Amino acid sequence: MSKRKVKDDHMPVGECITQVQEVFRERFCCQKLPEQPEGVESQHKHLLELLKRTAVHGESNSVLIVGPRGAGKTMLLKCVLRDLLEEKEVQKNLLQVHLNGLLQTDDRIALKEITRQLNLENVVGDKVFGSFAETLGFLLEALKKGDRSSSRPVLFVLDEFDLFAHHKNQTLLYNLFDVSQSAQAPIAVVGVTCRLDVLELLEKRVKSRFSHRQIHLLSSLTFPQYAERVRTQLSLPDDFPDDKFAQDWNASVKNLCEDKSVEEVLQRHFNSSKDYRMMHMLLMLCLSRVSVAKPNIKPADVLEASKMCFTDAKANMLHGLSILELCLVIAMKHLNDVYEGEPFNLQMVHNEFKKFLHRKSSSMYNFEQPVIMKAFEHLQQLELIRPVDSSSAKTQREYQLMRLMLDHSQIMEALQKYPQCPTDVKQWAMSAFG
Amino acid sequence: RMKYSSRLRIRRVYAWRGRHSSFNRKLKIYDYHSLAISVEGLPRITIINIGQHILIESEDEDNPYVAKVVRLFGDESGKQKKATVQWFVRVSEVPPNKLKQLGREPHPQEIFFYQGRSCDDEVNAESILRPVQHVDGAAPFPDDGDRDALYVKLSWDSKNFQMVDSDLMDSAAAPPSSGPACRALPTPDPAVMRRVASGEVRYSRATASAGKPCHAAEAESLHSATKLSASKCLSARRRNTTARTPGVRKKLALCSPEKKSMSRDDVLDQLLDEDLESEVMLAQRLSSSPPHTLTLTHRLTPLRKPRMKPSTVIINRLQISEMDSPPSSIRVDDSTRILKDESTSLRLGLVSVSLFRAEVDHEDSPMLPVTTPRSSKRKSACLSSSRIRKQLNLEEQQDVDSDADDVDSDADDADEFLPSKKELQSSSEEEEEEEESVLDSEEVVNQRESFFLYHHLKSVFFFLFGQITPGTPRTPRRATPSIPSRSLPARQPANVLEEARTRLHVSAVPESLPCREQEFQDIYSFVESKVMDGTGGCMYISGVPGTGKTATVHEVMRCLQHAADEDEIPPFQFIEINGMKMTDPHQAYVQILQKLTGQKATADHAAALLEKRFSNPAPRKESTVLLVDELDLLWTRKQNVMYNLFDWPTRRHARLVVLTIANTMDLPERIMINRVASRLGLTRMSFQPYSFKQLQQIITSRLNKVKAFEEDALQLVSRKVAALSGDARRCLDICRRATEICEHSAADRSATGLVAMSHVMEALNEMFSSAYINAIKCASVQEQLLLRAIIAEFRRLGLEEATFQQVFVQHQALCRVEGLQPISVSEGLAVCQRLGACRILLLEPSRLGVLQRVRLNVSQDDVVFALKAD
Repeated sequence: MSKRKVKDDHMPVGECITQVQEVFRERFCCQKLPEQPEGVESQHKHLLELLKRTAVHGESNSVLIVGPRGAGKTMLLKCVLRDLLEEKEVQKNLLQVHLNGLLQTDDRIALKEITRQLNLENVVGDKVFGSFAETLGFLLEALKKGDRSSSRPVLFVLDEFDLFAHHKNQTLLYNLFDVSQSAQAPIAVVGVTCRLDVLELLEKRVKSRFSHRQIHLLSSLTFPQYAERVRTQLSLPDDFPDDKFAQDWNASVKNLCEDKSVEEVLQRHFNSSKDYRMMHMLLMLCLSRVSVAKPNIKPADVLEASKMCFTDAKANMLHGLSILELCLVIAMKHLNDVYEGEPFNLQMVHNEFKKFLHRKSSSMYNFEQPVIMKAFEHLQQLELIRPVDSSSAKTQREYQLMRLMLDHSQIMEALQKYPQCPTDVKQWAMSAFG
Repeated sequence: RMKYSSRLRIRRVYAWRGRHSSFNRKLKIYDYHSLAISVEGLPRITIINIGQHILIESEDEDNPYVAKVVRLFGDESGKQKKATVQWFVRVSEVPPNKLKQLGREPHPQEIFFYQGRSCDDEVNAESILRPVQHVDGAAPFPDDGDRDALYVKLSWDSKNFQMVDSDLMDSAAAPPSSGPACRALPTPDPAVMRRVASGEVRYSRATASAGKPCHAAEAESLHSATKLSASKCLSARRRNTTARTPGVRKKLALCSPEKKSMSRDDVLDQLLDEDLESEVMLAQRLSSSPPHTLTLTHRLTPLRKPRMKPSTVIINRLQISEMDSPPSSIRVDDSTRILKDESTSLRLGLVSVSLFRAEVDHEDSPMLPVTTPRSSKRKSACLSSSRIRKQLNLEEQQDVDSDADDVDSDADDADEFLPSKKELQSSSEEEEEEEESVLDSEEVVNQRESFFLYHHLKSVFFFLFGQITPGTPRTPRRATPSIPSRSLPARQPANVLEEARTRLHVSAVPESLPCREQEFQDIYSFVESKVMDGTGGCMYISGVPGTGKTATVHEVMRCLQHAADEDEIPPFQFIEINGMKMTDPHQAYVQILQKLTGQKATADHAAALLEKRFSNPAPRKESTVLLVDELDLLWTRKQNVMYNLFDWPTRRHARLVVLTIANTMDLPERIMINRVASRLGLTRMSFQPYSFKQLQQIITSRLNKVKAFEEDALQLVSRKVAALSGDARRCLDICRRATEICEHSAADRSATGLVAMSHVMEALNEMFSSAYINAIKCASVQEQLLLRAIIAEFRRLGLEEATFQQVFVQHQALCRVEGLQPISVSEGLAVCQRLGACRILLLEPSRLGVLQRVRLNVSQDDVVFALKAD
């Protein structure tokens, strides 16, 4: 492709589409780092300087990056590391250890992982670590031996930092912070977490040793910025092989973003969450509708994609129920209305259903008790209803108390869309009294 | 092993040998020349003479103390037996940090001439274990594990290593030092080593694993264990014979029988370690029948001409008679058989060769040859080893040929002997075989007067009882990991702010510890008095984190160590453990033991060893100061770790001072059971949180005239921190952050370059302000709406808790009010989960769906405030 880049301005459309999808997939799915993180310049500078001091001056530090999910914490850290490693002095010296609270679920695993990543396990022949205690002693000794000016600095990145605080005695955190506060090998501990109350999780000794530096990532994004970001995210880069196609594409994207209906959809997404990942999901769905026959994104695509993003999972599940099961759900809804959310059992639901049959059933007729039972169990399997108490063994199944896990709006929405729903069932559902 | 030591103590019987040499009327003290040690039930005697090097009981059986006897004396009754000694220090007794002064790896068998003053040089004679081989001077260390000899190269005066002054050593010991001391250490011949390696491994392991090196083996074992080639030995001997005086030789000659008997005892001692069965066998074999059942055959070379051509084989029947008899107890019978066939000699090569004081007794002592049936199963093993031997023989013969002239001159210098290849046959000395053996005369020259009874016996036992079970397998040598060093040196601070930041880092060691003078003084005098008196004690130090507890104790220790270096107080050992730096409370034992002695052991074993160390008296012991940080983590259900830590100092011989640190003042009352709390005692100290004045002083003293802060700024920091926690770490961290902020802002405006109030305020805000309000302000519209719905629902219910379903109804209503499109339940749940992940909300598990209950993690007022400010 690179050969063509220079002279070949016009590629076949199919080729262009492949290229487009490649570019955007990398952007949306592979978490490609932006050139410059947006909106977090001060945090970027703070973190970069902090880590640089560790790498260059051998000053130990500890810091927490806190922010809601999808706020760009990891992106910030990765950007900082990328910028940091551009410096030769840093690149030669800095050792990195990356841990994740979801992977290293206890200190023993974490310590093993640290020794592995520091390449310490091979320092003394092929010494195999026996016990947890030995590994800890080994590692502490290794860190203790170093000093500020001569040892290589080590960067510890603890992803999902809050989970490390749940380890027994917080041994790992105590020791890391203790090293960072004593004249041993220089280390920087960077914790990444989405919990705002993370400091309260730390034990008082651990807390005292933590430097209390916190970098908060809270996006104060406004809607115009959000829309602008959508536009830049959908735009093709300047170095796209086919200039003509790129220009057309970018123009169409600009038009798209100015479209009223698209703006409305984006506003709705923005209102729901400022999470970049959610936005990428939406854009990815739009992108997947682009084909050779339709080489740009239309407002209708955005609407469709948005609808897919916002579909209600439970309501969708109702579409697959049989009429009998649907009738049972409606009966439950009426019971909920009557008894103000009190739990019900199979018998009550069956009675309610029979009442409906007596009054105005033209399309429905009564079923045997076992059939009702089977339908009821199916609903339980789908987790549309759940037993009140988990100890179900004691009571008979017909009398076990249940709760409906659906909201009224979900039921009504499902009924609207249910294919060939009998009218009397629909009316029954909408009537105020059973 | 404990079993072994207790048995030792019970069985040893000490008696003076001969008449007293002098009598001090005033003190009523008799001086003696030698002491006899016998083991009850075993007919053998070990003789300790003045000037000999001996081992003295210590708490660590593997490494008994080493000393040289200077004087032996006792009182009238003969009950009290004392010895004055010159101490030697083992490597393990030198503090590890001082070992660095050595500038090289110490050899495991190295000992140092002790010149310190802190040790009493008078010991109870009954703590003497046995004599030991010792080598001094410039001889090189052997490469491989010779367990038997100890090497003196340097002296140690508890501060420095110095070259050993030979005059000093001689003057310290009344009689001139004994023969073996002047022996140079030959180096092993690699070729021979290689060849014999396979056969030898078993033997040397057996010695090592017996738990106690067999020092009594003296030169024979020294050589055998190092697997020397004969030629090397020869040359070594040549070098040293010139220095030897006839007197010394004489002395040696007198000693040799004892040595022999002792070596037998050592074999016994070793075997006592083994199972009962072997002990019984031994008893049958060695000690039960008065005319000894052990018959050994060995060759003696004619004293006359070493170059004699016809091969002469002298097979002696040797009998060991009653052990209490003096040197002549070993008789050698000269009834010999001479075989002329040289080829047979080569075939069967080697037999156990004995060295004996031929001049003394081999001619005049008649004896009864007693033959004991031996197990014949050894034969097969003999065959294989004999092949190796043969090979060696040939080689050695050549060596000897070349050295023939020297040998000639040495012919009458008979107190030395060369190692035969006897260790090669370690597994298989057989009299049946020996009787057939023919000696090549050249070989005889070398092996003249060698006495290898010891090895003979040992190998026999070794063979009989099979592989002597090694003790617990030693964990491999301690690994020495470290973080690789950086390729480029760390940059030094460039400006005032950077300099200040370096000084303010918690890790920076301050010149002094201000504001803890009183506490410092108290701890100092407590530890000092205990070390001076050689007693033990406990102290409990409490205080909230960051109040300088550990730093103060470290400072005290530094000062005390300095005082000890200056000889103001006796030397002591300081070790430190931290409850947070171990994975399990019982690891405390392991860490203490390791820091104390360098040994590695399992927790249970370490506890037993420490228990023994602290409860048994030892003639020479330094005080130990133990710092236990984060004591509360050593809590176990039975509290046995804490119990032991506080119980040891109360032992009479422990000399242990325990300083414990924890955060809570009432820890002893809260978590300790009575017997533990009682042992901890009432020596307590609590570190109060720093006041703002103290914090200010700490920062000022750390900055040490580096002008980086405005006065007001410092005061603000210290007042703020003092009000919050009094944690000095916090204070330093804030100051550090403030310098950074100052550095950033300095670029914009032309400020004074000093850290001002505004910078400190900003730092304080960053560190102490709650993020919740900001997080709510930055939340998305739907998230904020959900929070409003929650508040509305709480108000409606009058409770602080609601199900999502209830909240969602409110949410839908609010959406309509705000003119927003209502969201679906799934979306609402997603919004709720996002708030839950940040812990603005507290949620039940999400599988409950709409039924999950929702709570606020922030006060309602804060939420309202945050939403209103929007």
